Amino acid sequence: MSQIDSTPERKSSDNVYILSALVEDKPGVLFRVTNLFRARNFNIESITVGYSEFADLSRMTITTRSDDRTLDQLVKQLGKLIDVVEVRVLDRANTVYRELALIKMNAQDPTSRAEITNLASVFRGKILDIDKFTLTVEITGTPSKIDAFRNLVSDFGIVQLARTGVSALPRGAV
Amino acid sequence: MKGAEALMRSLEKEGVDFVFGLPGGANLPIYDALVDAKIRHILVRHEQSAAHMADGYARIKRKAGVCFATSGPGATNLITGIATAYADSSPMVAVTGQVPLEMIGKDAFQETDIIGIANPCTKYTFQPRKATEIPETVKKGFYIAESGRPGPVLIDIPKDVQQDSQDIEFPDLIKVRGYNPTIECDLSTIGKAAELLLAAQRPIIMSGGGVILSGAFSELEVLAELLLTPVVTTFKGKGSFPENHPLAMGPIGMHGHAEANKIILEADCILAIGARFSDRSVGRFDEFGKGMSIIHMDIDPAEIGKNKSVDVAIVGDVKSSMKTMIKLLNKKMVKRSAENPWLRRRTELIDYYTESIKDYPRDLTARKVLKKLRQVLPSKAIVTTEVGQCQMWTSLHFDVISPGTFFSSTGLGTMGFGFPAAIGAKAAKQNVPVVDIAGDGSFNMSENSLAVSVLENLPVIVILLNNYMLGMVAQWQRTFYNRRYEGVHLHNCPDYAKIADAYGAQGIKVQSLLELDNAIRSALKSNVATVIDIPIDPEEDVYPFVAPGTGLKDMIVGS
Ligand SMILES: Cc1cc2nc3c(=O)[nH]c(=O)nc-3n(C[C@H](O)[C@H](O)[C@H](O)COP(=O)(O)OP(=O)(O)OC[C@H]3O[C@@H](n4cnc5c(N)ncnc54)[C@H](O)[C@@H]3O)c2cc1C
Ligand SMILES: Cc1ncc(C[n+]2csc(CCOP(=O)(O)OP(=O)(O)O)c2C)c(N)n1
Ligand SMILES: [Mg+2]
Repeated sequence: MSQIDSTPERKSSDNVYILSALVEDKPGVLFRVTNLFRARNFNIESITVGYSEFADLSRMTITTRSDDRTLDQLVKQLGKLIDVVEVRVLDRANTVYRELALIKMNAQDPTSRAEITNLASVFRGKILDIDKFTLTVEITGTPSKIDAFRNLVSDFGIVQLARTGVSALPRGAV
Repeated sequence: MKGAEALMRSLEKEGVDFVFGLPGGANLPIYDALVDAKIRHILVRHEQSAAHMADGYARIKRKAGVCFATSGPGATNLITGIATAYADSSPMVAVTGQVPLEMIGKDAFQETDIIGIANPCTKYTFQPRKATEIPETVKKGFYIAESGRPGPVLIDIPKDVQQDSQDIEFPDLIKVRGYNPTIECDLSTIGKAAELLLAAQRPIIMSGGGVILSGAFSELEVLAELLLTPVVTTFKGKGSFPENHPLAMGPIGMHGHAEANKIILEADCILAIGARFSDRSVGRFDEFGKGMSIIHMDIDPAEIGKNKSVDVAIVGDVKSSMKTMIKLLNKKMVKRSAENPWLRRRTELIDYYTESIKDYPRDLTARKVLKKLRQVLPSKAIVTTEVGQCQMWTSLHFDVISPGTFFSSTGLGTMGFGFPAAIGAKAAKQNVPVVDIAGDGSFNMSENSLAVSVLENLPVIVILLNNYMLGMVAQWQRTFYNRRYEGVHLHNCPDYAKIADAYGAQGIKVQSLLELDNAIRSALKSNVATVIDIPIDPEEDVYPFVAPGTGLKDMIVGS
């Protein structure tokens, strides 16, 4: 669910932050979080939610572009949500984070196919699907790695693209 | 036991004695269970008023007020009242009926997504899906509404869940994992704050709504007297400190007292207690408090640094934080002399502005009316207001003497709030007079609550400052739009004394201060609601005025 919300003007004081939150696993929680971001004019670059190590809690990873002051508000306002049990800003240097992208490209002639396959292997990507007209690749990595791959293959013509948004965990023992 | 009965038992367990509401198809089982409950139901004529009544009740009882509405339009009618409570951190539990579970999402008759609609203006929303969940839901609802920074909670109960008969248990203890309000502050922050305060030459206390919500009146008085600081309040904090106290200076802000706006600019250390630095109270965030140290006591960590960066943040309940600070100061402090230049400056400013601000040359002006009201009304009387000039004049000219006896819709500024909220306050405290200082436009919006006041024997007094105008808007059109009036004339329609009569209340029109005096005395003795219709000059402006987007230093004192 990448880019669900983005403010057009980006200030130079803005940085991208990765937040990790444990939230109640029940209906309406994602709505409350995204509604908060909208109502308070916070930016969301990406948001992912899925099961966590706890049976009844989900882990939400949010990437946001903001300045320090807004980040402080964002963390506090998120923390105020009753369904948010814990929220942390991850220190990027000590965080592992990944995104997955599925990219379907035009690949009608054998040269394009060969080239895309080559590029995909350089990026440790996987060919997931192939037919007469297209080729679908899975790339996993940091968002910038995915951006780079996307740029490289854009000349072939991207037919469809789906990105998951970032998932992240702090490194080492907690 | 049915879900609806479980709801009643749960409300009784919370000590609920009043609910304000109006029934419909989707909450009929709740009303059926109400017949046998030990709870008094107040039937309103519009659900918005039910929410305002619950809010007024809450502000006086300092416990959650409860309102009921049916699904769809009943529930959406509550929303303005819920949003009003949210903006002013007032505890409330709103219970709405919903279409049966299997009908949800089918665009059923009178189905609205009230959970979605209410989300941005509630502390939390619940939709129990089994009758057995109701007791826990209600208990959590009250806990969330009343604790920490209070606020409204909505419980939306599908009709089949209300009707479902189950073996239902009532929990004694609940835990809300993601919700742990901080009550006791961190001691070290108190130490730092005390150092700043003791080092300051010109310290000032800015007391806000949090002091009233916490009921920390005596702590505030002790602290102010210990520090010998002048005390200004926000408008929401009006009446958190006796306004006839020798340290009191009244509210600051857009329509603050001139001396209060002036002195806070001269201070070198501000102790903000339960105030959220709203634009209406501080003007420009970037200018306010520049070069001064700011200490901020608040229970909500998200308020720290939201509008204003501060030097010391004391997160916790202000009652407990002030107690701790008082203890520490008692140990550390050398008492200041009351004969110091800073307190002399206080008197000087008050004298100066009392001299220089002249009233209008008329027998009946808003100011004279409010001074008269103060004279005649006992200090324990509860006073609320509508919204607009009437409200700001109250802030300027009506001194609240007994702490906690004043409230108003301040954050949202909801016209039509005061009258039903006054009825709610009367329900909460039936042995004191309750007054709504009203404008004609606002009163018109919820005058149908006269029926409730009369039939339920909850008499209140409406002091109607009648300028035949949406006066506050007219003042802005006069000031900023070159008198190009549009949409502000109400033309003395309807006749409010007759309206009162029509509902079986007492309507009195007055033409002089003497008649007003008599009318208030008669209202205080009356056992029905009294509307006192007082004509004032439609061109009377509220001053002082700090124009939006400007700072307190740009205050315009008079025309
Ligand atoms: C027409 C109009 C004109 C207005 N003009 C002015 C004006 O001139 N001046 C002015 O000041 N306002 C004015 N207002 C009101 C203004 O809009 C705000 O509502 C008000 O300033 C907020 O005051 P507050 O911060 O004290 O209170 P609140 O909004 O009630 O905030 C209370 C703060 O205290 C905290 N708190 C709550 N409970 C506790 C507790 N137990 N312990 C510790 N902290 C707690 C909360 O977290 C919050 O931060 C006006 C409103 C209207 C409608
Ligand atoms: C529900 C609602 N609608 C509109 C406004 C905007 N508004 C603020 S003050 C005001 C005029 C209020 O008129 P009245 O009650 O007669 O009070 P006055 O200012 O004349 O004393 C209006 C329309 C509001 N605050 N609330
Ligand atoms: Mg008016």
